[in-house]
Amino acid sequence: MPETLITILKIIIPFAIIFTFVPLLVWLERKGSAYIQDRPGPNRAAVLGIRLGGLIHPIADVVKLIFKEDICPSQANKAYYIAAPFIALSVACVTFMVIPFAAPYTRDGHIFTFQAAQLNVGVLYILAMTSLSVYGIMLAGWSSNNKYALLGGLRSSAQMVSYELAMGLALIPLIMWSGSLRLNDIVTLQTAQVWRWNFIYEPLACIIFIIAAFAETNRTPFDLPEGESELVAGYHVEYSSLKFAMFFMAEYVNMVIASALIVTLFFGGWQIPFLPTEVLRENAQMILNIVLTVSALLAIIIGFFLILKFKKRTYGDKRDYEVIVLGIPAVLAGFTLILFLLFFGKIPLSTTAELWITAILQIGTFLFKTLFMCWVFIWVRWTVPRTRYDQLMNLGWKILLPLAMVNIVITAVRMLLK
Amino acid sequence: METYLFYIFSFITVWTVILMILQKNPIASATCLVISFFSLAALFALLNAHFVAVLQILVYAGAIMVLFIFVIMLLNLKKSELMHEKMSRLSFFAIIIGLGLFSFLMMKFFLIPQIFFGEISPSFGTAQEVGQSMFTQYAIPFELIGILLLVGIIGAVLLGRKDTD
Repeated sequence: MPETLITILKIIIPFAIIFTFVPLLVWLERKGSAYIQDRPGPNRAAVLGIRLGGLIHPIADVVKLIFKEDICPSQANKAYYIAAPFIALSVACVTFMVIPFAAPYTRDGHIFTFQAAQLNVGVLYILAMTSLSVYGIMLAGWSSNNKYALLGGLRSSAQMVSYELAMGLALIPLIMWSGSLRLNDIVTLQTAQVWRWNFIYEPLACIIFIIAAFAETNRTPFDLPEGESELVAGYHVEYSSLKFAMFFMAEYVNMVIASALIVTLFFGGWQIPFLPTEVLRENAQMILNIVLTVSALLAIIIGFFLILKFKKRTYGDKRDYEVIVLGIPAVLAGFTLILFLLFFGKIPLSTTAELWITAILQIGTFLFKTLFMCWVFIWVRWTVPRTRYDQLMNLGWKILLPLAMVNIVITAVRMLLK
Repeated sequence: METYLFYIFSFITVWTVILMILQKNPIASATCLVISFFSLAALFALLNAHFVAVLQILVYAGAIMVLFIFVIMLLNLKKSELMHEKMSRLSFFAIIIGLGLFSFLMMKFFLIPQIFFGEISPSFGTAQEVGQSMFTQYAIPFELIGILLLVGIIGAVLLGRKDTD
C-alpha cells in the first residue's frame, strides 16, 4: 500500500508544482513586461483590499476565462477542434515526469528517487514528448477551418521539426560525457562544483539547446505560429473560454518544462552550488537553522518595511490597510520562528529528518533555478523582436544544425585527448 | 495485469490501423496511424524494450507523421477530390502484391517460435545493447542503410531545389 501511495504522490506532486508555476509565471510575465516597458503593470484586482502586487490578477483571469462563452465555429471539424487543446496540455505535462527533483537516497536496501518515472532512456523520452507537442497546435490550426489558424499550424510544425534536430544533436555531447541517458546520472555527474556544470563544459551545446528550446516553446524571438501582427493569433484564433485557457496554460507549462530541462542538463539540476549531498546530509541541522534564521530575519525586515509604507488616505478604502495586514503577520511570524529556533534549535534530528531536509533544500534549489530560467524566457520575450520566417529557417538549418554537429566532433576529440 | 494491457493495446493497434484505411479524410487517417504508433510503443514498453518504444514515438509519431500531416494540410484537399476511385488494373496488381507480402509475413510468423522462446538477457532492448550490436555485429548493414538514407536526402534536395540556370 505505501508503495502505491508513494507512486501516486510522485505523479501528483509534479503536476501540482506545474500548475502553481503557471499563474505565478503569468503574473511574472505581466509584471516583468510592465517594468521593462516602464509602467506599473497589473495592480487593480483585489480581494478585500489585498492585491499582493498584482498576484490576485491570475485569479481574476481564471474566473473571466471560465465564464466566457465557449464558441465552436460551425465549419470546424468538431472532434479535432475539441481534442486539440487537450493534446497540447497533456503532452506538455507528461514531460515533467522524468525530471529529477532531488538526489535519490538509499534506505534499508532500496532506492528512493525524487522523480515519477526512473526511465533508462530519460533524455530520449523528453525529446519524444517535446516532438509530440506540435500535434496539438497543428490539429488546432487545421480543425478551426480558418486560413490564419492553418498558416499558424503549418508554421509551427515546420519550425518545431527543424529545431528538434538541433536540439537533439546538442544533447549528444552531454550523453557522451555522462555515458548514460538517465537524467539523474547527468545531474549527479555535474557535482556541486559550479565549474563542473555542463554550461561551462559544453558552452556551445548550452547555447544551441537554449535557442532551440525557445523555438520549441514558440516563445518570442520565434513565436511565428501566433505572430499577431500577421496571423491575428495564429493557431488559436478561433478558440475561446477554457479551450483558449488550455492553450495558454500549455504555453506556460512548456516554458516551465523547457526551463527545468535547461537547468537539469546544463545548470546542475538539483545540485546546490558548493554543497554536495553528503555534506548537506551531515550538516543538515546547522544548514536548517541557518536557512530558518535567514528567512525569519527576511520576514521581519520585509514586514517592517511594509508597515513603514503605511499612509492613511492614499486610496481612501480598504487598500490603504493592505501593507499593515501583510506586514504585521510577517513580523510576528519572523519573531515566532526565532523564538522557536532559540528553544528547539538544538534538538538533534533523526536520520530520516536529515535526508528529508536535504531533499527539500535540493527541491527548493531546483525550483528556484527553474523559476530563474523562466524569468530569462520572459526577459528575452520583452527585449528581442520577432525574427522573420526565412531568418528562422536559416538559423535552424544552416547555423545551429552544423554547429551542433561540429560540437559533437569537438567533444569526441576532447574525450580522446583527456 | 500485463496480459490485459497487452490485449488492450494490441486491440487499439489493430483497430486504429483498420480505421486508418477506412477513413475518407486524410488527416483522420494520419491521426489514426499516430494512435496506432502509440499503442505499438506501449506494446514495446510492455516487452521491456523501452529504448525501442521511445524511438517508435520519437521517429514515427514525432517526426515522420508530423511531416505527413504537414503535407496533407499544405495540400488542403477539397471534399470532391477525396472521392474514391474505381477499381483499375493497377489496384488489381496492388491486391496481388499485398497478398504476397501478407503470406510472406505469415510464413515468417509461423517460423518465429523455433528461433526465439529462449531466456532473454536483462540488457535486451537497452540503448547500450542496441548500440553494441549496431556497431559490431550489424556494422555493414548499418552503414549501408546510412548510405541509402543519404541518397534519399540528396534526391530530395535535387527535386526540391529551384532551377537557377
